[in-house]
Amino acid sequence: MNHETESMNQGRRDFLGAAAGVSAAAVAPGVFLHTPVANAAPRTDPVTDVHRWGLLVDTSKCADGCTACVDACDTENGLNLQAKPHGQDELKWENQHAVWIRKVKLQDNLTGHVTNLPLMCQHCEHPPCVDVCPTGASFKRADGIVMVDRHTCIGCRYCMMACPYKARSFIHEQVDHKLTRAPRGKGCVESCNLCAHRLDSGDVSTACAEACSAEGHQALIFGDLKDPMGPLRQALAKTPSRQIRQDLGLNTGVRYAGI
Amino acid sequence: MKRIVYREWLLQPQRYWGLLAILAAVIAIGGLSALYMEHHGHWVTGMTNSVVWGTPHVFAVFLIISASGALNIASIGTVFDKKVYKPLGRLSGLLAVALLIGGLLVLVLDLGRPDRLLVAMTTYNFSSIFAWNIFLYSGFAAIVIGYLWTMAERKGNYLQKPVGTFAFLWRLALTTGTGSIFGFLVGREAYDTAILAPLFVVMSFAYGLAIYMLVLFYTFDADGRPIGPAMLKRLKNLLGLFVSAVLYFTLIYHLTKLYGAKNADIETFLLISGGLYTGLFWVGWILIGGLLPLGIIYHPELSQRRDWIVAACAMVIVGGLAAMYVIIVGSQAYPQEMFPGYTVIQFGAPGDIGGQVASYYPSFPELLLGLGGVGVALLITAVGVRVLQFLPESLADRDVDPHATVRSSA
Repeated sequence: MNHETESMNQGRRDFLGAAAGVSAAAVAPGVFLHTPVANAAPRTDPVTDVHRWGLLVDTSKCADGCTACVDACDTENGLNLQAKPHGQDELKWENQHAVWIRKVKLQDNLTGHVTNLPLMCQHCEHPPCVDVCPTGASFKRADGIVMVDRHTCIGCRYCMMACPYKARSFIHEQVDHKLTRAPRGKGCVESCNLCAHRLDSGDVSTACAEACSAEGHQALIFGDLKDPMGPLRQALAKTPSRQIRQDLGLNTGVRYAGI
Repeated sequence: MKRIVYREWLLQPQRYWGLLAILAAVIAIGGLSALYMEHHGHWVTGMTNSVVWGTPHVFAVFLIISASGALNIASIGTVFDKKVYKPLGRLSGLLAVALLIGGLLVLVLDLGRPDRLLVAMTTYNFSSIFAWNIFLYSGFAAIVIGYLWTMAERKGNYLQKPVGTFAFLWRLALTTGTGSIFGFLVGREAYDTAILAPLFVVMSFAYGLAIYMLVLFYTFDADGRPIGPAMLKRLKNLLGLFVSAVLYFTLIYHLTKLYGAKNADIETFLLISGGLYTGLFWVGWILIGGLLPLGIIYHPELSQRRDWIVAACAMVIVGGLAAMYVIIVGSQAYPQEMFPGYTVIQFGAPGDIGGQVASYYPSFPELLLGLGGVGVALLITAVGVRVLQFLPESLADRDVDPHATVRSSA
């Protein structure tokens, strides 16, 4: 009886050992790939205010006709998976599907100078969208990222009324395809979250800035506004920059040079 | 002043049930429309990421502010001791609750996730005026029901003044809160001004009274109850005062905006070049909702005639809906000005409207949902006056004695 139990236990130990080995082999590359860089915390830890993430857009480097940042954002956040509902008008759909970042082209009324720039959620320190949200679904993380908790968003769209940058999108249609890292559902509001899933995995980058660099433009610099030695603060120190709707005093996390 | 006797609405059964059937059909169609929009998503509506609040909000906000305005009649009787208004108080309270419920239903059914209403009722962010309004609206309904009890129940009569005063103050807060939903939005040129709060308050006075008068006339005519000419004159003069106040605050709103050079473009849009919105402003808000009713109300002959006063009330309501459309939809259609001194040549993909006026066409389901809310308000009123004693038997001058206040104070 005892021998039988022992041999059974041995068999179970062997099985568990093998299973653990297989699991470790399967998980290890993921762990290795997500090895924290730039002292980022594992994603189980709460976000702290040690960092404040932001962007600098150098409009002089933003190329006319280039949509690399928009395309990269679409792929990164599954925005390219949105499908136009059958029978919907093409132009109307352009104004109904979710857009997190858009290219804007401006002409100076006096001089005629043309400027290109990407426009996304400006990640304000004092975000109007967070102030007006009745349920607190629109919130600002400790690290300055403004985003939407899609479990408590009731789809009232008051944040969209309040946002001075037209940065938010309402999901007008049934969503059939989405990415795990960017959940999306009909009837909720969403906007750029500075690729929070990357940051939470320890990857200090955004898809848009990465794509802009890959194109060789370097018009988008992502980084920590609180790190004086970091690339963002270094770039901000060298270049005069301003905020869009600076008059509102929102202290945006996204700054622009050349406008 | 005689003792006021209240009686249930004695409309013939077939007419009454016919009325209820019509209202039930309107509500059912509104409900099906909401279901349709909820099932498919908002892409079936005219709403986009530029115009995020459409026709349902026009109806909802109109009904909600009218609700607080409808309560004014009761307040004038209770809070300001105008005895001649006392017989009108019960209907005023009932209509206030009914309009509020109708408006709130439309608002809730237009949410992206109406199934999460429980979240809205349990998770609050108190820096949001919307969150305050959830309390202001539900509190309003509760207080007015209590107020109605003090009016109807002899044992509660002594509480009428304090409860009525509280209800009056609450309703001022409610409409201020509703106006502030728009007034505190700093990112849109047409909003971002505190004057929207008092503008909404005076609008509520006018629209609430216009609806009240139409309901009063209809219910009284339907079962042959008299309304005396002095009472009629009093009500229409009050309407004239409120409509004038709306015009005054509208003027101040635009003068405030016009004074700042940075608002020149939005004012040009609203007043001159905005197409449908400019038309709705001048023809709907100002002419039909303001000048024409005033012309009738103060016309020496037309103002004596009930049918013309009814027309004036209807015009105020039509003008009110036009005003809401301009304030809510027109202000969103106008592109947000993020780059002063620049012309926006391109803003995202071609249909992704940012630098130009956004198009919005109300879809049928939106319109039907809005009308469904009106149906709910009228159904509650129709049932209320039928089963409970809300309507006085007579508003003939000899019964309500318009000079009672003068004599008692002399």
